[in-house]
Amino acid sequence: MQLLEARGLSVRLGGRRVLHKIDMSIAPGEIVTVIGPNGSGKSTLLRALIGAVSIEDGTVFRKRHLRIGYVPQRLGLEKAMPMTVRRFLGLPKRLSAAACEELLARVEGQGLADRQMSQLSGGQFQRVLLARALASEPEILILDEATQGLDQPAVAAFYQLIERLARDLNCAVLMVSHELHVVMRASDRVICLNGHVCCQGAPTVVSAAPEYRALFGDSAATLALYQHQHDHSHEDDRSRVPVGAAEH
Amino acid sequence: MLDDFLVRAGLAGLGLALAAGPLGCFVVWRRMAFFGDATAHAGILGVALSLAFSISIFLGVLGVALLMALLLSVLVARGHVMDTTLGVLSHGALALGLVAVSFLPTVRVDLASFLFGDVLAVSKMDLAVIWAGAVLVMALMYWRWSSMLTATLNPDLAMAGGIDPKREQFVLTVAMAVIVAVAIKVVGALLIAALLIIPAAAARPLVRTPEWMALVATLIGGLSTLAGLGLSLKVDTPTGPSMVVAALAVFTLSTVLGRQGRDS
Repeated sequence: MQLLEARGLSVRLGGRRVLHKIDMSIAPGEIVTVIGPNGSGKSTLLRALIGAVSIEDGTVFRKRHLRIGYVPQRLGLEKAMPMTVRRFLGLPKRLSAAACEELLARVEGQGLADRQMSQLSGGQFQRVLLARALASEPEILILDEATQGLDQPAVAAFYQLIERLARDLNCAVLMVSHELHVVMRASDRVICLNGHVCCQGAPTVVSAAPEYRALFGDSAATLALYQHQHDHSHEDDRSRVPVGAAEH
Repeated sequence: MLDDFLVRAGLAGLGLALAAGPLGCFVVWRRMAFFGDATAHAGILGVALSLAFSISIFLGVLGVALLMALLLSVLVARGHVMDTTLGVLSHGALALGLVAVSFLPTVRVDLASFLFGDVLAVSKMDLAVIWAGAVLVMALMYWRWSSMLTATLNPDLAMAGGIDPKREQFVLTVAMAVIVAVAIKVVGALLIAALLIIPAAAARPLVRTPEWMALVATLIGGLSTLAGLGLSLKVDTPTGPSMVVAALAVFTLSTVLGRQGRDS
C-alpha cells in the first residue's frame, strides 16, 4: 500500500509544461529524495502531490486521510504578524504547552517556545518548521529544499535529524534537495528529475546512471569519487557511510 | 436610551470597531490595504445604484462591494500586476460612482455623508444593520481563525494540512464587503480602510501573538471611535475623520512606545 502515488502526472504552469508524465510512488517508512537542476519541476512535483497545483493530465493517489507534515522552502513570515514559536507550533490545531516542549525536544530546539519566530536563526527556524510538521503525527514528511541558507555543517546535521526522526517515528520522507552529497547518504531511493523522471533507484544505482551524469556533470563526478572512497574505507565514521552501501 | 443620537453613534462606532479589529489584522498581514480601499470606493457606486433603483443602500453597497472584492480576488489569483490593477479599479469605481450620483436629483443625495460618513444621523434601523453585519464578520473570523491564519502564513502549508487557501480568501473577501457596507454610514467610503489598518498597525508593537494583536486592535478601534465622537462634539469637527485622527494618535503613541521598549 503506497502512501502517495503519481501516474502519468503532467503539470502546466503559465503555459509552460513543467512536469511530463511522471510515475512515482512512496511507501510507508521510505526516505525518497527528488534531485534535479533548477527549474526541473522539483517543487512543483511536491506541490502537485499535496494538491496545491492543478494537474493537466494523469492522476495523484493519496492514501485516505493521509497525515502530511509539510516543511516549505520558505515561510515568508510578514513582519506585521507577531508569532511566538509556541503559537506557530499550534497551527492549525492548538497544542498544550507540554506537547510544544516535547515537539521542540524532538528537533533539539528546547527553550525556543517563547521566542518570536522573527528572532530565530536560520537553523533554529528550520527546526521549528520541522517540529510543526511533526505535530500532526504525520505518516509522511514532505520537505521542499528545507536547508536553504544553512551552512554545510548545519545542512548535514539537519538531514541526520530528519533521518533519525523518520526511523524513530516510522514516518516516510519525501524531500527535494540540491545538496547531492548529504542527501544521497540519507535516502533509500533517489528520483532524478528534469521535467520527466530521468532515472530513479537506490543512491548507488542513480549515481552510476548515465542520465544522472549527463544532468549533473562535474558535481556528479565529485560525488562518485566521494562514494568510491567511502565504499572502501573501514575506518570512517559509521554515520557517514551511504545507506545504499551500508546494506552490502 | 437608543433615542439619544449620541448613544446610537457611539454604539455604531463600537460595533464597527469590534468587527474591524480582527479583520484589519488580516488586511495588514496579507497586505490588502489597497484592496480594502478599492472595495470601499466601489461602495460609492453601490450608493448611486441603490438610490437610482430605490433599494436599500446597505444591500446596494454590499452587492457592489462584493462584486468588486470577488473581481479583485480573481485577478490576484491569476497573477495580474496587482498595484496597477488595484489603482485602476479603485479610482475607476470611485469616479464612476461620483458620476453616477450626479445623474440623481440632488435633493435625494448628500454625497459628503457617504464619502466621509454621517454617524450622528444613524437611525435605529441603521444601528441594527451595523450590528448584524459586525456580528456576522466576528462570527466568520472566530470560525475560520486558525485556518485563515495558516493560509496567510503559507498557502502550501495550509494545503498540506487539508485547508483550502482559496476558501479562506473567499471568506475574507465576503467579510471585507460586509464591513464596507456596514461602515459607509459611520466613517464613509474614503476612510473605511483607515479604520481597518490603523488600529491593527497600532496594536502590532504591543503584542506577541496574532490573537493578542486582534484583541488589542479591537480595543484601540473602540477607544478611537469613542474618542473621535467626543472630539467632534467638543470642537465641532466631522465625526468620521475625527475617529481616524484618534486612531492615528494611538498609532503614533504605540509606535514610539514600541521603539523605546525595543531599545531598552
